[in-house]
Amino acid sequence: MIFNKVLRAGFQAGLRFQSTGPQASARAATAALKESLGGFSFELTDQQKEFQEVARKFAREEIVPAAPSYDKSGEYPFPLIKRAWELGLMNGHIPEDCGGMGLGIFDACLITEELAFGCTGVQTAIEANSLGQMPVIIAGNDAQKKKYLGRMTEEPLMCAYCVTEPGAGSDVAGIKTRAVKKGDEYVVNGQKMWITNGGKANWYFLLARTDPDPKCSASKAFTGFIVEADTPGVQPGRKELNMGQRCSDTRGITFEDVRIPKENVLIGEGAGFKIAMGAFDKTRPPVAAGATGLAQRALEEATKYALERKTFGKFIAEHQAVSFLLAEMAMKVELARMAYQRAAWEVDQGRRNTYYASIAKAYAGDIANQCATDAVQIFGGNGFNSEYPVEKLMRDAKIYQIYEGTAQIQRLIISREHLGKFKQ
Amino acid sequence: MSARVLVGVKRVIDYAVKIRVKPDRTGVVTDGVKHSMNPFCEIAVEEAVKLKEKKLVKEVVAVSCGPQQVQETIRTALAMGADRGIHVEVSGKDYETLGPLQVSKILAALAKKEQADLIILGKQAIDDDCNQTGQMTAALLDWPQGTFASEVNIEADKLKVVREIDGGLETIKINLPAVVTADLRLNTPRYATLPNIMKAKKKKIANVKPADLGVDVSSRLEVLKVDEPPQRQAGVKVETVHDLVGKLKEAGRI
Repeated sequence: MIFNKVLRAGFQAGLRFQSTGPQASARAATAALKESLGGFSFELTDQQKEFQEVARKFAREEIVPAAPSYDKSGEYPFPLIKRAWELGLMNGHIPEDCGGMGLGIFDACLITEELAFGCTGVQTAIEANSLGQMPVIIAGNDAQKKKYLGRMTEEPLMCAYCVTEPGAGSDVAGIKTRAVKKGDEYVVNGQKMWITNGGKANWYFLLARTDPDPKCSASKAFTGFIVEADTPGVQPGRKELNMGQRCSDTRGITFEDVRIPKENVLIGEGAGFKIAMGAFDKTRPPVAAGATGLAQRALEEATKYALERKTFGKFIAEHQAVSFLLAEMAMKVELARMAYQRAAWEVDQGRRNTYYASIAKAYAGDIANQCATDAVQIFGGNGFNSEYPVEKLMRDAKIYQIYEGTAQIQRLIISREHLGKFKQ
Repeated sequence: MSARVLVGVKRVIDYAVKIRVKPDRTGVVTDGVKHSMNPFCEIAVEEAVKLKEKKLVKEVVAVSCGPQQVQETIRTALAMGADRGIHVEVSGKDYETLGPLQVSKILAALAKKEQADLIILGKQAIDDDCNQTGQMTAALLDWPQGTFASEVNIEADKLKVVREIDGGLETIKINLPAVVTADLRLNTPRYATLPNIMKAKKKKIANVKPADLGVDVSSRLEVLKVDEPPQRQAGVKVETVHDLVGKLKEAGRI
């Protein structure tokens, strides 16, 4: 009884802060509190809110309705990609002097989460551009940046990040594609696999081994190249039929005596490994954001359904078994969001964010799968069926635990960073 | 073409929000509620920007009346392609009682000050549904008006407007300067692209007070009370047409 009275008093006090009357003193109190909290803030700038609005509107009005048919047909969603490009939702990282907007990773993540809400297949196709461009943005010289980034802002072109091979995924140092210097060119031979946008890219970032000595360390043995996709000898394979994100174009690519001019080497021979890994610190937060967008979609679809479907005389949302599932999904989504925001903010501040980026990616990938599964569960029999939107989410979510560094590799990185900090 | 277009944009509660009446029944809850540009105002901005792209007008000026927050709405218009904005500062009690008569006086004064050749407004706002501002503005300026426009064309120095009326479509030709109010089918408003949102930050928004324009914003209207619409009552099922007629007679409906 007393407990209720206390609750009600607290509730009314809270209400009083918002109604007219002692508003001025309440605001003064909040302002003083803000001072003492220092710089920490969860507030978005007006521009960030506007960007988020555009991305949200585009995703909900244009991606969501089109996603199921792209998923069924596996057709590359070029019209949607073109639209996103027109609205400025793509290629945000490209520096202003190359015709881009020079957005930070945080802003890009906000946009990515909204697009992923619509369809992660579409969003991955768009994100692969950022992944391919990142080595050029961080390591390209002026001529390379103007040439390869500039063209991306003039037309809706795609690019790809070519590192993984049939025999080496997590073990990047184990890649076997060989680049041999011959005069002013490098001749490349090898096989890449699981390359997103492999069949649609205008150019690739390629990692190949330039030092054949097996005793040479990883940090010196590899070189990063920019390869035009129409170079003779570049042979994209067939479009792979995957479990989820089916409209994204994933292929194997064979390189047979491909000649690359030495002007297309990033930084210099032997610098490749560091460039390839450095790109990840900037691309892992957006991937985490994508997984969060999927989880948010799962949560919203499940909540809507739970407030419509009735069983045993009540809406299923009123049964604790279901409401607790929704609560846990909400917990996971909020935490994943905070994790990627922290990781993105850290790297935008100019600091090394490896620890936070790996935490964000690992966590978001895991919870995306959990939330998608729970959403199917809440939909019950309907959830298993392709007429309802959640089975697609479950199929799409799995890859978030695999690409951009597997869940296991992330744990390796996190433990290494954590123990490293501890030992200091 | 040296024509200058004035576009009025109103900040209203977003169309998707569920409206709630304040407990004291003096109005609706606006604190913490999502606001955005009135949909018909978006259509007005789009039309003005289209005219500029066709090089039929030279400058598009977005105007809004209200407190600090309406600057967001003006920024959205700038991001859609308006060249500059004018924020007419009205706040507190004055803002709560601001209605079509005062706004049209403000717009008329601004049209003279800015030497506008065309004013495009939304046909009505989705919060008060007045559908008066355009008509009053034209009357105050003694300008012709093309309201409920579903098509607008500039031909020589006249305006050809296709109006949506109860009986269908009416095409009229009016002289410039004129006032046009936009109806739903006039166009589909564009998204503000991200680069345009960034460019909009550099565009100017001028601040002006109603007093500077010689306008008195005090209202002649007093809102007595605001209520929710009556709750839908459950219906009654009947077995036969005979029963139905009987029940309708009972309820005094026939």
